Amino acid sequence: MTKIGLEIHCQLTKLESKLFCNCKADYRNLAPNSNICPICIGLPGSLPMLNKRAVEKAAMISIALGCKIPEKIGFFRKNYFYPDLPKNFQITQYNAYGPTSIGSEGKIAIEGKEIRIRRIQLEEDPGRLVYEGSSEKTQITLVDYNRAGTPLVEIVTEPDFESPRQVRIFLNILADLVENLGVSDPYLEGAMRVDGNISVEKGNRVEIKNVGSFRDIEKALHFEITRQQSLVERNIPIPAETRHWDEARKITVSSRSKEEEEDYRYLPEADIPIIQISANAVSVLQRTMPESIVAKKERYIKKYGIPPQVAEVLSSDKFYSELFEKAHNEKNAKEAANIITTDLMGFADTREKKLELKISAKHLSDLADGIVNNKITRNSGKHALQEMVKTGKSLSEIITALDLGHVSDVSSIEKIVDEVFKEEEKAVLEAKQNPDAVNYIVGKVMRKTKGKVDPSTTLEIIRKKLSS
Amino acid sequence: MNLDISATEYISQVRNGTISAEEFVSKTIDRIHAVENKIHAYITIDEKNALDAAKTIDKKIRAKEKVGACFGMPLSIKDNICTMGLKTTCASKMLEDFIAPYDATVISRLKAEDAIILGKVNLDEFAMGSTTEFSFYGPTKNPWNTQYVPGGSSGGSGASVSALECLISLGSDTGGSVRSPASFCSVVGLKPTYGLVSRYGLVSYANSIEQIGPVAKKVEDIAFILNIIAGRDPHDDTTMEKKNDDYTKDLDAGLSGKKIGIIEQMTGSGIDREVLSATNKAVSKLQDLGAQCIPISLDAVEHSVAAYYTIASAEASSNLSRYDNLRYGFDFGTEGFEFKAYVAKVRSNFGPEVTRRMLLGAFVLSAGYYGKYYLKAQKVRTMIKSQIDEAFKKVDLLLAPTMPILPFKIGEKIDDPLTLYLLDINTIIANLTGIPAISVPFAISSSNLPIGIQLFANSFEEKKLLQAAYSLQQTANLPKVPI
Repeated sequence: MTKIGLEIHCQLTKLESKLFCNCKADYRNLAPNSNICPICIGLPGSLPMLNKRAVEKAAMISIALGCKIPEKIGFFRKNYFYPDLPKNFQITQYNAYGPTSIGSEGKIAIEGKEIRIRRIQLEEDPGRLVYEGSSEKTQITLVDYNRAGTPLVEIVTEPDFESPRQVRIFLNILADLVENLGVSDPYLEGAMRVDGNISVEKGNRVEIKNVGSFRDIEKALHFEITRQQSLVERNIPIPAETRHWDEARKITVSSRSKEEEEDYRYLPEADIPIIQISANAVSVLQRTMPESIVAKKERYIKKYGIPPQVAEVLSSDKFYSELFEKAHNEKNAKEAANIITTDLMGFADTREKKLELKISAKHLSDLADGIVNNKITRNSGKHALQEMVKTGKSLSEIITALDLGHVSDVSSIEKIVDEVFKEEEKAVLEAKQNPDAVNYIVGKVMRKTKGKVDPSTTLEIIRKKLSS
Repeated sequence: MNLDISATEYISQVRNGTISAEEFVSKTIDRIHAVENKIHAYITIDEKNALDAAKTIDKKIRAKEKVGACFGMPLSIKDNICTMGLKTTCASKMLEDFIAPYDATVISRLKAEDAIILGKVNLDEFAMGSTTEFSFYGPTKNPWNTQYVPGGSSGGSGASVSALECLISLGSDTGGSVRSPASFCSVVGLKPTYGLVSRYGLVSYANSIEQIGPVAKKVEDIAFILNIIAGRDPHDDTTMEKKNDDYTKDLDAGLSGKKIGIIEQMTGSGIDREVLSATNKAVSKLQDLGAQCIPISLDAVEHSVAAYYTIASAEASSNLSRYDNLRYGFDFGTEGFEFKAYVAKVRSNFGPEVTRRMLLGAFVLSAGYYGKYYLKAQKVRTMIKSQIDEAFKKVDLLLAPTMPILPFKIGEKIDDPLTLYLLDINTIIANLTGIPAISVPFAISSSNLPIGIQLFANSFEEKKLLQAAYSLQQTANLPKVPI
């Protein structure tokens, strides 16, 4: 049986400052080595000052993943020499001598399957190595320490995944979860990075590192399953090793064997005193945390009668569920959810497009109200929405400008139906024989009114006229 | 001009106009030039800035402007404490060219009180040693006899105060590094409670046990400077708010009714005969002053040296990993090297004692040995702490000689690391448990070498400790430094 475990590194991008100093946590798009200070480049004599907000955010992730939070947390030094690591040790957490990391023994359900979380730890991100040309051939490695010290949460799962598909589902849920908590923007480049380990039946555990994106981890895992199974079939032993994902060639490449793995000589970090976390602090945090996606989904279904699939899609998306929360009322909730999931999400499915949306909660609310109160048809609503998104104009402005007002009085509709009957004599005759042909006439009426008439009222009028 | 005055006397003389800061600083610099070829306490002397600062302070005094509490007193600073714009070498080739872009918290606090940093003084490389012989810049010599070691690792601090090359010095004490040179050079040295004085800007050697501590001629000077440097620092998470507002107040409170425990394990076998007799004399003097002295047994002390060297070396191996010469250090190009080869090459420039401890530290932390060595050492530490806690339920203070033997000749023990390690036996319990300890000059041996007596108090009881040290100081009548 295939067993897959994951190590996910998630930056706490929503923090203002780095984990141990006041440099900006947002290191992106800055001149190299301009976001540094004596602490994050580890100058002699500097000391780390723990960012307490980072502990809080890491605790939120731990709670959301059902982890135990210990009464005392502490930090360890992981010692190894690497040019992106200014102190040549990384300040991280370590549970080998008792659980002192922010979370452990959690679980999360995906498609009815439980994935156990082994531990969650808070640590600092190293700097970044920049190669001149490709990393294989270059003579020169440049180091940018802007990222050094950025707060990072490492989430380690048990090897509970049975397929790359489960991994993808899990990662999507996790990305939505951290976004919903307001601790990270998982779609920023490098904000969420995944290493995997995988073994097939009769094989050793192989680690996969250097995977750039969620899509690639799925591909890398597929590649590994095929590679490992073909070895097993030929009775070739699978060595325990670390393999790197080669993004260009879409294959994994052996990097170093397990035996040579470094001894990290873990040591307690005495510069950061042990932090007491009271049960009370945890429960306060739990109460003040944003509502979970699961709870939100339940609420949408129970309170507003929103269909489960719609509720699922809406609750998982932080941006749209926040828009929904601001836009809906008791009466229009279902309609608002509908507009968002069937139309709006189609207009703007990427982060950039979402940011460009000119629609406000008030606009959306008005539109949902309009549909519920029969002021505008669903069909016209879609046109209005398109306009709102582009121009930011109010519903009433758009209705006037585009003449989208709902034609609801029977006499006006009757007049239009009469016109169509004159134009489409053949169709009328056919409809009299065959009731299914009525739809053609309804369509003609809709087209003539640019969708402003209510289809069911129209149908009723046509039927009446046909039978008279 | 008499340079042999206490910092306290200096302040009153400057305040009443008997002397000016510029005169005193200038005469101190003359003194440095006169004796440095024999002592070698300084690594860097910042003459011009020191004189300019003195002039500015004199101007403020003449203009009756507000002047900081130090009134321009010249200080020397151990060269492992960062000073903005002045080299901080740690007496190592590895930091030969390192100039910190910031002041240690203790330095900025002292500068704010108009102290003058005369220069940076010698130490064992990265503060690892007890003799100041392990300096990349060569050994410092004992002003009482220049053939002898000044103690260490803050040998430059002890010698510069003793040889009248400054008024007060800041050292650092990881296993006795302030108290050892204080004892060997006949000056006062304090290791404050862990967390009382900010370590921000102190180059880490063993960060869970070390503290910056002052060296001065008199206990009152120590109290004075502790007032300035002690207390919570937002740059050091291990610091605490200081309990007492003013350490200089009531220093003469006396000892009547105080109970002092004499540590049996430090006053028995293995102690130099003259050191022991000086200790006994100190005990009887304290009893004369009304203290009640009782023997106290701390049997965990016998494991303390092993525990100390395990913990200190482990931390050292991690703390000193950052010296890969990539961002700062000394001039050595990377051309022709791969990363690991370059790091290995430049790191071969550490001296023998530092190399020894880094290797030892890496070993005790390596997979499979952590529990056997490091965890066991931490257990010993806990055991000593609980014995100390028990002791302080019975007594106010503990007493022992600072060093078990008299100062010895330079080169005599340099090839015998174990013997050197064992010299820390009386001092390291303060570091392992965090409690404060002070070395007070008390006697001079028949061979004309200094003997210091050490007092310990419970954590954050510096006030009580300084009061007792002051009483002990008043009973000693010591000759002037011969140099």
